[in-house]
Amino acid sequence: MTTLDPVMLAVLKGRLEQIADEMDATLFRSAFNPIIAEAHDASHGLYHAETGETLVQGKSGLPVFVGAMSFAVKAVIDKVAAEGITLHPGDVFIFNDPYEGGTHLSDFKLVRPFFRGGKLFCYLASVGHWHDVGGNVPGNYNPVATECYQEGMLIPPVLLCRAGEINQDIVAILQSNSRLPGSLYGDLNGQVSALELGEIRLSELLDEYGEDRINAALIELKKSAARLMASFIEELPDGTYSGEDWLDNDGITDMPLKIGLDLTISGDRMTLDFSRTSDACDGPVNISRSTCIASCYVALKHIFCDVPANAGVLEPITFNIPETSLLSVGRPKPVGGYTETILRVVDVMFQVMSQVAPDMTNGCAYGTINALSMAGYRKNGARWVMFSFFGGGHGGHPAGDGLNHGNAPISTATIPPLEILEAAYPVRFTQWALRPDSGGPGKRRGGCGAVYEIELLEEKADAFLFGERGKFAPAGVVGGGPGAVNKFFYPDENGGRAEPPMVSKMVGIKLRHGQRVRLETPGGGGYGNPMDRDPADVADDVRLGYVTATAARDRYKCVVSDAGVLDEAATARLRQET
Amino acid sequence: MAGGRTIVGVDVGGTFTDVFFLNEADGSCDVAKVPSTRGDQSRGILEGISQRRNDIGDVGLVVHGTTVGTNALLERKGAKTGIITTEGFRDVLEMRRRDRPQTWGLWGVFEPVVPRNLRIEVTERVLADGTLHTPVDLDEVADAVRTLIARGAEAVCIFFLNSYANPENERAAVDAVSRIWPNGHITSSSDILPEIREFERCSTATLNAYLQPPIGDYLERLESGLKDGGFSGDVLIVQSNGGVMSVETARTFPVRTALSGPAAGVIAGAHIGTSAGFPNLITCDMGGTSFDVSLIADGESALAAQTAVDFGMVVRTPMIEITTIGAGGGSIAKIDRGGLLQIGPESAGSDPGPVCYGLGNDRPTVTDANLVLGRINAARPIGGKLDRLDSDAARAAITQHIAEPLGIDVMEAAEAVIKVANAKMAGAIRLVSVERGYDPEHFVAMPFGGGGALHTGALIKEVGLSKALVPRYPGVTSALGCVIADMRFDRVHTLNVMLDAVDTADLAEEMIATAVAGEERLKESNVAFKGIEHVFELDMLYVGQTHTVAVKLPVDLKGLRAGLDVAAIRAAFEEAYRQTFGRLLKGIPIRIMNLRVTVIGRRPKFDLAILGPAKGGSLDDALTDTRKIWIEGAWHETDVYNRLEIPEGAVVPGPALLEQPDTTIFVDPDLEGLVDRFGNLVISRKAR
Repeated sequence: MTTLDPVMLAVLKGRLEQIADEMDATLFRSAFNPIIAEAHDASHGLYHAETGETLVQGKSGLPVFVGAMSFAVKAVIDKVAAEGITLHPGDVFIFNDPYEGGTHLSDFKLVRPFFRGGKLFCYLASVGHWHDVGGNVPGNYNPVATECYQEGMLIPPVLLCRAGEINQDIVAILQSNSRLPGSLYGDLNGQVSALELGEIRLSELLDEYGEDRINAALIELKKSAARLMASFIEELPDGTYSGEDWLDNDGITDMPLKIGLDLTISGDRMTLDFSRTSDACDGPVNISRSTCIASCYVALKHIFCDVPANAGVLEPITFNIPETSLLSVGRPKPVGGYTETILRVVDVMFQVMSQVAPDMTNGCAYGTINALSMAGYRKNGARWVMFSFFGGGHGGHPAGDGLNHGNAPISTATIPPLEILEAAYPVRFTQWALRPDSGGPGKRRGGCGAVYEIELLEEKADAFLFGERGKFAPAGVVGGGPGAVNKFFYPDENGGRAEPPMVSKMVGIKLRHGQRVRLETPGGGGYGNPMDRDPADVADDVRLGYVTATAARDRYKCVVSDAGVLDEAATARLRQET
Repeated sequence: MAGGRTIVGVDVGGTFTDVFFLNEADGSCDVAKVPSTRGDQSRGILEGISQRRNDIGDVGLVVHGTTVGTNALLERKGAKTGIITTEGFRDVLEMRRRDRPQTWGLWGVFEPVVPRNLRIEVTERVLADGTLHTPVDLDEVADAVRTLIARGAEAVCIFFLNSYANPENERAAVDAVSRIWPNGHITSSSDILPEIREFERCSTATLNAYLQPPIGDYLERLESGLKDGGFSGDVLIVQSNGGVMSVETARTFPVRTALSGPAAGVIAGAHIGTSAGFPNLITCDMGGTSFDVSLIADGESALAAQTAVDFGMVVRTPMIEITTIGAGGGSIAKIDRGGLLQIGPESAGSDPGPVCYGLGNDRPTVTDANLVLGRINAARPIGGKLDRLDSDAARAAITQHIAEPLGIDVMEAAEAVIKVANAKMAGAIRLVSVERGYDPEHFVAMPFGGGGALHTGALIKEVGLSKALVPRYPGVTSALGCVIADMRFDRVHTLNVMLDAVDTADLAEEMIATAVAGEERLKESNVAFKGIEHVFELDMLYVGQTHTVAVKLPVDLKGLRAGLDVAAIRAAFEEAYRQTFGRLLKGIPIRIMNLRVTVIGRRPKFDLAILGPAKGGSLDDALTDTRKIWIEGAWHETDVYNRLEIPEGAVVPGPALLEQPDTTIFVDPDLEGLVDRFGNLVISRKAR
């Protein structure tokens, strides 16, 4: 086997990553729906020809796909083997089966075999979140689904392209199952283009360096990733550390669901044991095993930022995820709200890791995607669906207060400009602001969540919300307090202010012209004891309106006027009493 | 033009102020380099000018690339600024687009340039279609102004939602503010950027207000300083888009200077390259912490629509597209825990700088590796800050941090550092060329700044560029760019209409009016133009997309007066779309998002041949020394030349080192350098 010197290895690593990055960039620029174009809810990479393991993945795609895509490629590999399919260059499989490769029905995966000298060399894959894939709820975040069939169309791995030719029958089937066939067509074309580009770039790289060297690099990069992860684990103190966090409910029954984690460090290995987690539920907050593993990877990479996006990282880690739990379900359990569950897995990882390595972690971020859709028909009969995810605060951390209005840890999504939303849909925002007192108290305060209030300009519309953290707030760590819980208000029949019975989940809210819905999102959890926060910083927070004078007194034991003037003597007394 | 016939280009850097003199009467040139004067840069500029000119009255025009704006933004040293905005939206600036600084790691921090208590809401509302929903309450505006003044604001930005679609409310508020505000530092968002996207517009307008006082003060000091010195000509300022503007325009739109400094360098690159017969080039500027590349195709540099000066500090005005990666001379080399050799992004910068500076850093950098390999002369550090470089310390650092962990020899380790750094730089070049569909074979690399010329040979081999071209005075490239930059005026306006529904007569009328207004701005200064050009562009997209494609319309003013037709616009869009994505989409309607009008006043260029080397002499006369250099695993006895003494037409075979005060050039063994009639060194593969 070819061996590589360290220089060649570093060079090839960069070249391979560039291929995936360039595929990402191509789809972002050409995609139709803002969830891909603006929110970057997509990912591309190169995967192992036999195992499907992630070889290289793009840097700008959705973080959670980094772990999940290898399972999707494996699903194609298994199908090819089971059915004895003969692959050709230019073939592309398409599917969105969430049990075969994770996440939810909205994510369409395109997988393309890559041939070299007549032999299968690896797979290229593209995943993107489509705007609408049918089902009961426009935008597919159906909080009352009890089977995946209510969440949208479910496509198993099938051949979209045969030797480069798109099968238009498949495109027709897909389009006729979506409320937004044009958007679907545009995104599908973007993904096909991205794969074509990946094929060209990888061929060029192989021409330049040869198969043996690229293969050797891929093997060595995996080994190096495993070594790197193991070296981080080895520095952590041995022992078992435990924690849990909760989901409000499954949207069907108002009962909290537990994510329990026991993390064991032993030498350079880590075990993540989720045995104490609630069983699979009726509603759509289940996830598949592959998704659970992917979200643990996301949490670890936020803590150990230097580990690469490749399968080797997971080698020193053992998972124990019971098949009965909501973290390892199969068909037809609904999984549409997978984002909420994986955010909770990330949160519980942060909380437990803060016991192991307090100076490497941070308070939990806002912890809910808040998928809010509004939909209806315009006067000319045209269908409109406004669908977006909303932001919240990040946790306080050793280097400072949490970021105000950040994106979810599982994604790098930006929010569409509200002027673009207003230009595209018959709505008017009446508020788009930071939410005071939403950041968890701490030596380093959690960042503020946001307030969004939206008024309908058309005659009537339906609204749908899929959120979480309405009952269980984002936790602080190392002595920090929790952020504020999620709040959602809509007009009841008498025009009064109502809150959903399932707190942050609701379907079929009827809106009339001029009526408003209001979302108040959680802030991040605090970091460190709030009593250790400098009173001058607390006074500044009051002066700038991030914290009210009342909260300054209750949470920080600081006496501050509404204008933000600190009473040092009174503060000293109050802090002493406590 | 008032004053004399000399045009002066000035580039003020962190360490040095470079001045380039062009005497238009006889075409002669001259350069001066003086230490920058922090605090009041105009003193350094005057010193630089007087070093070569006894009578400043000879100077008719000073063109200036400035980093005052960039630094004020990066160091958060703008004015105390207030924002008056629509009720419900005072946090737009702070909420950004709901992003975070890094993909991985949740330790982001962001402090907006305007604190929350200086952002005040007033009753008013315009809808997305331009409908006036609620008229602005001018009493509230007046109250807001008084509050901001009481809280110490020196500048103010008025930013109303959807003001791109209908600026009526915003204009009324601006009028009301103007009546009370104690100075002229007032920015209106719809005036500076009438484009959809509230955060980008608010951020750009706010940063403009934030820069008005410091840039205004700076320009005043500069002008009065020059005047006191006897200068009676004009001053022009380089914009981030590579064009120049009058001082008056710069005072009003200081945010357009955000990338003024680097833009001038790229402009010079375009002219030098084009003159030398290479209109396709990639400029590479290697500094202490970063490597900046920019692509010039057919003599024109690519423009980006916006940039983030720092996390959350977005400036949306056209700027020369500069791609930056963390690989500079001060970038630190390390072996990561997985055993991989990594260069940067961590950097020792220029202070403490590389290990060999002896200023406190003990982790090896790219410059240390170059020194150990013999490619930098320890006795002749560039920049003149230090007397000598410490080779032993550099060796020791590479041994400890690279060679020992990898189990290799120190020389091998130093070479590995350079190779990985080269690979990173090559990646940046690939990013701006290959990834945008340009074939590197048709491009030459042009290093400027101090460090790039040591690496260009390797870069052309790694990326497959045809050649590298090292300008005669790489250190003063930016100052030279100032002298030749064209004057330029840009305007964008969001239209947001369907292509099939566009009123082409209205559109043509707006294009003409904008172009004429731009031309008038150009003529406000007493600058001579060779000619004036107009560029009309539409940002277009298929309905449903959010990213637009820039579509250049094949029309001129005369053509516009004759009329504009939808079919021609559609054809231009389809051509641009196909070029970008390789396929058109059937049956999907097309929308026009923005109109962009650019007016360019072409300024006369000068013949770069006057910079060229003296005739006669021989290559041997320029030979100063021989030195041992480590190349590909062995020591090579290498000729060292005084670069400026090498005559025109001479071919320098590699391996060779060419030294000059502002840079050192390394010619790899399999390459050779040809000195052209402009004094450029053109490096290419050796003829077999």
